[in-house]
Amino acid sequence: MIDLDFLQYDFMRNALAAGLAASVLCGIIGVYVILNKIVFISDGIAHAAFGGIGLGYYLGYDPLAFGIGSAVLTALGIAMVSSRTRVSEDTAIGVFMATGMALGIMLLTLSQGYAKDLFGYLFGNILAVTRSDVLLILALTLIILAIVFLLYQEFLLLSFDPIYEEAIGLPVQSLRLLLLAMVAFSVVILIKIVGIIMVIALLTIPGAISRRHMKSLPAIMAGSIFLGAVFVTIGLIISYELDVPSGATIILTAAAAFFLSTLLSR
Amino acid sequence: MIAKESIVSIRDLWIYQAEHAVLEDINLQLFPGDFLGLIGPNGGGKSTLLKVMLGLIKPDRGEIAIFGLPPAAARSRMGYVPQKTVFDRSFPVKVLDVVLMGRYSRKGLLHRYGRQDRQAAFRALADVGMADRAGRQIGALSGGEQQRVFVARSLVSDPELLLLDEPTAGIDSAQQTDFYDLLCHLNRDLGIAIVLVSHDVTAVSSYVSKIACLNQRLYYHGSVELSNEDIEKAYGCPVEMIAHGTPHRVLRKHD
Repeated sequence: MIDLDFLQYDFMRNALAAGLAASVLCGIIGVYVILNKIVFISDGIAHAAFGGIGLGYYLGYDPLAFGIGSAVLTALGIAMVSSRTRVSEDTAIGVFMATGMALGIMLLTLSQGYAKDLFGYLFGNILAVTRSDVLLILALTLIILAIVFLLYQEFLLLSFDPIYEEAIGLPVQSLRLLLLAMVAFSVVILIKIVGIIMVIALLTIPGAISRRHMKSLPAIMAGSIFLGAVFVTIGLIISYELDVPSGATIILTAAAAFFLSTLLSR
Repeated sequence: MIAKESIVSIRDLWIYQAEHAVLEDINLQLFPGDFLGLIGPNGGGKSTLLKVMLGLIKPDRGEIAIFGLPPAAARSRMGYVPQKTVFDRSFPVKVLDVVLMGRYSRKGLLHRYGRQDRQAAFRALADVGMADRAGRQIGALSGGEQQRVFVARSLVSDPELLLLDEPTAGIDSAQQTDFYDLLCHLNRDLGIAIVLVSHDVTAVSSYVSKIACLNQRLYYHGSVELSNEDIEKAYGCPVEMIAHGTPHRVLRKHD
């Protein structure tokens, strides 16, 4: 029997709260990432955020806030470079991604003595989430929920047929930048939980499974939020019981569900 | 001065892309109820001209007015069916939702769809003969049916002018005939002016009321009712001769 005594620890309660809020983000933003086919750019943003995290450490400020800043700048930068120069978008993503990682490693090393944190950011450390982190994650989740609620119809148009909608007056470029900014926010929050390397799995797996079984966008999002919450909770419990890394356990739980659902729906 | 009754008025219009003229000295007048077939070789600027009419590309020289307005301001009175709608066949939307998407040009940002919009969507689906498909997933329809839905999407804003960019590409020939019949119905019975871009010369010449040939320059033969002579004149443009070889292969179907 699994006992729930882990909930008596503050860090476990924080971890669970952060994980559940992140599931809401993944559920909604992840579905847009899948439908707009911007998985690679999302992964690039996650990696580039590491540069900001390193800079935050180096300067002695909140790394998470700097991570969000550099993630948003990267999203804008990729969009600018690919629309104003002859560099194609995937090339721009590759360049930004590697530059961000290199900067992060360099700055973290120069900050000295943070090798443990380096590991935490690369592979996630949900157990190190503090109460103020939880509040930040909740606030960002609420902001993104409000934006998606207001612009639900517009994002649906953007996702389905941007070429046509641009022709009839939808501000496609601005909406795409807003979507990328929301991806940037979500990705940095997820970094806290599963780390830079695995962030894209948590962003896409719940939506990918949910999409197979649901027929409408709201239903896919709801299913995706539910699955994300289940993966995070089960992953946390297993990692607590077996004393194994939480980020990897959450991702492996999600991956197992993904392959199982693929096999069953064939 | 631009004539009052014309719905499309283009004068001395030039478009350059990377220092090459894509459109040269275009002059075109369209009037309510016109059905213009715009033919010409690939790369002749047909899609570019449609984009200029939609206000997506600004002219480098000359002027254009749609319903007497700058094109971008006239968008809510135009319908547009793009060349090929590239979409994910498993995208989770129903046919009715797709049709509603065309309502954006009337609603604008942050507006929700109400009962009027839904009624307009059902009407548009009925106009294209797809009313019974409203609840189906878009990906479950055949190519020809999907194209009808995309026409409904362009009709849902009650346009007075419909722009279609090679709408029959990738549709089998039986469905193509149905599709052209549908366009005739929209033009004759609903009074919607149509600009149909195509390189399907035979089909176009048997349905439209005017033909223009575009190859950087526009060879347009006015508002005369189509006759074999006019077709020959329209195909008198040099590149069209080279591209299609024998202009007399163009035959008009008889009712």
